[in-house]
Amino acid sequence: MMFFDLSIAQAAAGLRAREFSARELVGAHLEAVAALNPRLNAFITVTEDHARARADAADAALARGEAGPLAGIPIAMKDLFCTEGVRTTAGSRILADFVPPYESTVSGNLVRDGAVVVGKANLDEFAMGSSNITSAFGPVQNPWTRLGSNAVLVPGGSSGGSAAAVAARMVMGATGTDTGGSIRQPAAFCGIAGIKPTYGRCSRWGVVAFASSLDQAGSFGRSVADCAILLGSMAGFDPRDSTSVDRPVPDYVGACGRGVRGLRIGVPREYRMDGMNPDVERLWQEGLGWLRAAGATIVDVSLPHTKYGLATYYIVAPAEASSNLARYDGVRYGAREDGVDLIDLYERTRAAGFGDEVKRRIMIGTYVLSAGYYDAYYLKAQKVRALLLKDFNDAFASVDALLTPTAPTGAFAQGEKMDDPIAMYLNDVFTVPASMAGVPGMSVPAGLDAQGLPLGLQVIGRPFDEETVFAVAGVIEAAASFEARPAVLAGKESG
Amino acid sequence: MSLDHATVRRIARLARIRLEDEAVGRLAAELNGILGWIEQLNEVDVTGVEPLTGGAQIALRMRADAVTDGGYPDMILANAPDREGEFFAVPKVVE
Repeated sequence: MMFFDLSIAQAAAGLRAREFSARELVGAHLEAVAALNPRLNAFITVTEDHARARADAADAALARGEAGPLAGIPIAMKDLFCTEGVRTTAGSRILADFVPPYESTVSGNLVRDGAVVVGKANLDEFAMGSSNITSAFGPVQNPWTRLGSNAVLVPGGSSGGSAAAVAARMVMGATGTDTGGSIRQPAAFCGIAGIKPTYGRCSRWGVVAFASSLDQAGSFGRSVADCAILLGSMAGFDPRDSTSVDRPVPDYVGACGRGVRGLRIGVPREYRMDGMNPDVERLWQEGLGWLRAAGATIVDVSLPHTKYGLATYYIVAPAEASSNLARYDGVRYGAREDGVDLIDLYERTRAAGFGDEVKRRIMIGTYVLSAGYYDAYYLKAQKVRALLLKDFNDAFASVDALLTPTAPTGAFAQGEKMDDPIAMYLNDVFTVPASMAGVPGMSVPAGLDAQGLPLGLQVIGRPFDEETVFAVAGVIEAAASFEARPAVLAGKESG
Repeated sequence: MSLDHATVRRIARLARIRLEDEAVGRLAAELNGILGWIEQLNEVDVTGVEPLTGGAQIALRMRADAVTDGGYPDMILANAPDREGEFFAVPKVVE
């Protein structure tokens, strides 16, 4: 079916030219969801009836000539965005039956522009994880497999369901959230593009909170331009989020084709790690060559505190999480376990409602914020965070953007790296520093490793300069001409 | 520094997470692994560095000190595990 090879821009043009209807486009994707979701588990909740009604509304709006830019485009919504009247679980037992009475700003913006949400995408519990293994609704399977192996691979995380759904062509695009790499790393693992914009660009209102000074919504697409279309709809000032930034949203789509002639691209030397995966190293060098050939100047830069990014993150993020997740008390919403008194009710509710990784992070966060340890851990981490930001500010004094690998390896198998929390945390070594500094980062699929799995390159930009990020990513995308397809794919039997 | 079992129990109590006895040893080992790894931050000289508290390098906006929302108790209570009229209900806490 040709629907599955269309970009969002092509589909929008086809809908406007009446070559096909939104009912047909959405219907084909709902069939793909029905066929593939039992295997991939990319969706926690499929909103079929809602999606069909929205598709018909899009067709009516198209007929009247009043359709929004995303009218009739089927997307997945990470199940961390509150959706009015549609269950929102955050991948946790404690919110298994939570039906928000309101809509998050970001999902509302997409709906305003006509996007059709076909379901709520699976994720690590409360977005805490790099493999989608911690979801209370079961792991997501990566649609890619290694050459000559049937081992089930993880899609990355935490936005693993979103990335898998886009890669397998169950939807044309998806939302994600990124706290330490939760958009960029799954995008790399699933062979698609994903952008985390500057902190403050997208409203956090109505997004289930993990670490509020880091959480930022962003988009997934099979192309850089598709990410740009979605982000342009999602972004914008929202008075209901005190950290939302009141700046006009630039023309992201236009920026994708801008090119890199005359730009200075930094290569942070601290990202070249001992024992680096040779395929990742090779692809990084190729990427730099593509940018040089397109007219950019490649410059060595130093981000001296890079190696401390992860340890800093694993103080700041759990500290904020322990505070944010205090709201799950079994009283106002969420699951409750009865107890003999109120304290017992709280303790039993939270013991039953949270999974092991969430409990670990709440405990770490509680400890580093507790009397006597606050200065040694939390205050220290905030100071190192200031140095991480200074690293980026210093680098951006002499370069326009940075190019790095997105993740240290391609996707790993379910069961690998599962015994040691720190081995799992190391997945985010290249993505966490940009999160700590609040700067925009994007992963672009750039090639395959020796096992036939996709690898991504990460473009990091100045605060609020997503345009340059899109421009650099666009050049990488064009040069890489990444056309490999995952093993599990909608419409594969006919194509 | 290393967390002993009593400290792990105290943290769990502060975090309001019930901890079964058989889970304490495993959790202590995991938390000590993470905290030991975090110790690497001791290498960093932060003399004179101001802590960075937020993700946005902007001053927070002020807004009028006014009620801007509310007036729909049924929506607020719609997901409550237990309610009494327009109130959240909990087990009796005062005899």
